[in-house]
Amino acid sequence: MDVRVDHVRKEFDRFPALHDVSLDIHSGELIALLGPSGSGKTTLLRLIAGLERPTAGKIFFGDEDASEKSVQERNIGFVFQHYALFRHMTILENVSFGLKVRPRSSRPAAGEIRKRAMELLDLVQLSGLEKRYPNQLSGGQRQRVALARALAIEPRVLLLDEPFGALDAQVRRDLRKWLREIHDRTGHTTVFVTHDQEEALELADRLCVMSQGRIEQVGSPDSVYDTPTSPFVFGFIGESSELPVNVDKGDIWLGDRPIGISSPEASGAARLFFRPHDIELVDNGAGLAGVVATSRRVGGTRRVELDIGGAGHRVEIDLPFDHPAGERTQIAFRPKRWTLFPPA
Amino acid sequence: MTARFRFRQPSVIPGFGLTFGFTLAYFSIIILIPLIALVLRASGIGFEGFWKAATDARVLASLRTSFVTALFAAAINVVFGTLIAWVLVRYRFPGRRIFDAMVDLPFALPTAVAGIALTAIYAPNGFVGQLVAPLGWRIAYTPVGIVIAMIFIGLPFVVRTIQPILEETSREVEEASATLGASRFQTISRVLLPSLTPAILTGFALAFARAVGEYGSVIFIAGNIPFVSEIAPLLIVIRLEEFNYTGAAVIATVMLLISFVMLFVINLIQAWSRRRYGYGS
Repeated sequence: MDVRVDHVRKEFDRFPALHDVSLDIHSGELIALLGPSGSGKTTLLRLIAGLERPTAGKIFFGDEDASEKSVQERNIGFVFQHYALFRHMTILENVSFGLKVRPRSSRPAAGEIRKRAMELLDLVQLSGLEKRYPNQLSGGQRQRVALARALAIEPRVLLLDEPFGALDAQVRRDLRKWLREIHDRTGHTTVFVTHDQEEALELADRLCVMSQGRIEQVGSPDSVYDTPTSPFVFGFIGESSELPVNVDKGDIWLGDRPIGISSPEASGAARLFFRPHDIELVDNGAGLAGVVATSRRVGGTRRVELDIGGAGHRVEIDLPFDHPAGERTQIAFRPKRWTLFPPA
Repeated sequence: MTARFRFRQPSVIPGFGLTFGFTLAYFSIIILIPLIALVLRASGIGFEGFWKAATDARVLASLRTSFVTALFAAAINVVFGTLIAWVLVRYRFPGRRIFDAMVDLPFALPTAVAGIALTAIYAPNGFVGQLVAPLGWRIAYTPVGIVIAMIFIGLPFVVRTIQPILEETSREVEEASATLGASRFQTISRVLLPSLTPAILTGFALAFARAVGEYGSVIFIAGNIPFVSEIAPLLIVIRLEEFNYTGAAVIATVMLLISFVMLFVINLIQAWSRRRYGYGS
């Protein structure tokens, strides 16, 4: 099911949470709404679900205008960060709930409901736990029950609000992989909200990066990571350093020194962004020269902070972990991949 | 596993012996010994005598009045107490904190004050009593008056038992129910109320127990007509004034037994809900 968000605005008590947001969600894709807290990503998800009503704009499910439809009529699956399981029901009753509350005319027979629920519990690898109560399960298991419950109603769209936010790192990684598998197997159009960029990059077909109630960039994880279109995205996705530079006749200068890279862009002040691992060391010639401020081993690399020039600019670069850089050592490098943005 | 029972648990805070001894002594002096004395006193007349005193028509009538009115009061309190708890937890309105504090008023108010206040309003010449008098209804000096006094003193028990559970029940659970297609009525009847059931039962039992034992506020509004609006605690006082100490002890013992049974039931409900839902009040 395609979902189209068309120029949607949302205000809470006159406070704007979303400004004129438009987004096309393709049928069958797994898309992540990614942003810091307060960026409006959860609001957008709740608007799609029908748990909130837009102040202006429309939401289409396929060709059908869903804006005025109630939550119940939209037939969506929603998974909450804190599971929101019904604690007085067994796991089986939780999963069957959506089918049991259907009007008599469209409700499957009791045996059929049970069979479907058991199949779903099998899909989420919780067979044998159907008689337990939610408080007898671990966090990861509860979230899988919540997913099975949402899938039981055969939703047109599956919406997940920070589904792994309350779980610890190991369980989170497992569930991430597993959610991807379930998605590939069932093919539901899935939208999930996260503030964890690693999770979004690993799991999603496409990312929708949001900030302050606006969409900053939409694209595949690779394109968003490799070609960020705004300073915000560059800073938010992956790690990056920023330097205020000047472009003069194609050469890029930091202060009064050229740094060995050139740009066809017009002359003037600019902001240079690059990632710690997209650099090369230079022995002689133009480059960014700095003094090592701190150096620490991070897994297979060495993360070094450099003080550049006398103006107190500090950048981060990655070196091989056995690089002999000690404190106060002089290091010169050049960004291999970088982007210029106009000054703020 | 051969876990050996250890009377003294290792602890960073010393003084187990002292505090445990104090607890035992205190418990005995305040609760255990008086209760035993009461039972002994009542059993002094032998089983036959006890049975005769306990099944005396006026005693039975007063016990019936006490328990039936308390049952009604607790049932009404459950309905409106749940509603009040819901409003206090779910809505933000000016004066909410004041209302919230006022719920505890029946706890704090001397019960005689409550009794006088209620009687003043519900007596046939009182503010509300006047309104219903032309219809031929009387509130004060009938069991209806007793029920009203019991509702008053039992309300905080229901509200305060349900409130924390309701606060714990997140709005997300209701939203989850809606996303699964449940109508508002289904969400209330299948999700919300069942999850509150243990708290509602506990609140009911507490309000009921409190109402059965209530004396001060009831005697003002009850009229205390034997066989009609005479409650068991009052009959105990009457027996005492007749110097019939054994008769008083018999009624007291019967009430004690019933209270014990109810306490037991409350504990069962709580143990059951803890086991099942992992919480209890």
